[in-house]
Amino acid sequence: MNERNNETLQQEYAVPEGIQDGKNGNEPNRERVILQMSNIRKSFGDLHVLKNIDLSVRHGEVVSIIGPSGSGKSTLLRCATFLEKIDYGEIIYLDRKATITSHSGKVFYTGKAEMKEIKKYFGLVFQQFNLFPHHSVLHNIMDAPVEVLKRDKKEVEKEARVLLEKMGLADKADSYPCQLSGGQQQRVAIARALAMKPEILFFDEPTSALDPELTIEVLKIIRKLAEENMTMVIVTHEMSFAAGVSNRVIFMDGGVIVEEGPPDKVFGDPKQERTKQFLKSYKE
Amino acid sequence: MSFWTMLTTMADGMLKTILLFALTLIGSIPLGMVVVFLKKSKFKPIAWLTEAYIAVMRGTPLMLQLLVWYFGPYYLFGFSTRGFKFPALLIGFILNYAAYFAEIYRSGIDSMPIGQYEAAEILGYSKFATFMRIILPQVIKRVLPAVTNEVITLVKDTSLASALAYSEVFSLAKQISASQTSFLPFLIAGVFYFIANYVVAWIMKRIEKSMQYYN
Repeated sequence: MNERNNETLQQEYAVPEGIQDGKNGNEPNRERVILQMSNIRKSFGDLHVLKNIDLSVRHGEVVSIIGPSGSGKSTLLRCATFLEKIDYGEIIYLDRKATITSHSGKVFYTGKAEMKEIKKYFGLVFQQFNLFPHHSVLHNIMDAPVEVLKRDKKEVEKEARVLLEKMGLADKADSYPCQLSGGQQQRVAIARALAMKPEILFFDEPTSALDPELTIEVLKIIRKLAEENMTMVIVTHEMSFAAGVSNRVIFMDGGVIVEEGPPDKVFGDPKQERTKQFLKSYKE
Repeated sequence: MSFWTMLTTMADGMLKTILLFALTLIGSIPLGMVVVFLKKSKFKPIAWLTEAYIAVMRGTPLMLQLLVWYFGPYYLFGFSTRGFKFPALLIGFILNYAAYFAEIYRSGIDSMPIGQYEAAEILGYSKFATFMRIILPQVIKRVLPAVTNEVITLVKDTSLASALAYSEVFSLAKQISASQTSFLPFLIAGVFYFIANYVVAWIMKRIEKSMQYYN
């Protein structure tokens, strides 16, 4: 790695993503590949859910994954976040290999200690929020940085309050998840993920459990993060949102990537018949 | 025998009942948690053995189990257990109640949504931290009503110690009633159990209330 690159890296660490409230966050550095997934295969029994998927995400990119139910898009996120084990392929975060596949086709995940470090690179926002109901909003956000990363409690609390402010939930710090609307809960979940200062944030259908009004609150936040060049991969059914927020759109169907490209190309001028068909069903 | 004499004679039995009750809880509530872990063990023989233990504890009368713990050593090994009545009772009660508590805990743990585990995993919690910080606190809240039931049953089940003629309140009531041809001792015992359970229910309700700050 050359010196210039090193410098940019250090600057990025000095201003952690998602924490700064200034208007211009970190500059996107497209040289930097955050996630590299190659030849990913995954089956559940006889059902081949992912068939040789390649996905690479660079710093500052916002990638939306669209496609019909059962196309494998959620499974792809779950494989990227190690909630599911892949059957074949390679997953690399920032030059650190999480898995390798041997010549005989057997997948090996790296050791526990290295895995723990790699896991710090990403966060995941779930469709069902999965907040901890017995913890207050502030506690939900602070617990992992304090307990897992062993960071200073006062410092974490300061950051957590800044994050809540940013989510428009400054007055909800002491509430419990059950006292919040779905949209508010999802914003807390986003704050909880951001508090870990991930390099990349995954969203697994973040608005599918919300009604339209609450969906907008959450999408606004994601858009704000995109403006700050937060690296994100979003599985979504919100087509106009995907078109507006992403640098790249991936259309998946039947466990393969059918088409991918900039949103104006995929939405405006799809090349594949299957893509046209799918998008048409949304226009009706 | 006056009412007052009966009451003071039985007071000693009441203390013994309370002691048996308290020590059984202190032993079986944590032991139940150990039993759950053994039952969920990935080493199958241990899981099977634990399952068999639970099946026997739940499938046979507690009174019979107490007799086995007290008289079993003599009939099996010729080892006299004279003087070990209270330890035999404690072993019987603790092992029996631990099996029931284990099943209650298990149902609570199994009812936890998988999303809680996944969220904890993504945030980097270790398995141990996930259980202690995320799962257990919620499980305690979920199982509390079932545990309350079990504790109330235990208050009454202590009377089974009379099968070994252990001089807790129920044994004393039987003896005094027979010797004095009076029904009063049973009435005293009944009121004692009722008050004891009233106190138990009150305490458990307080604990449940303290956890009602979330759903």
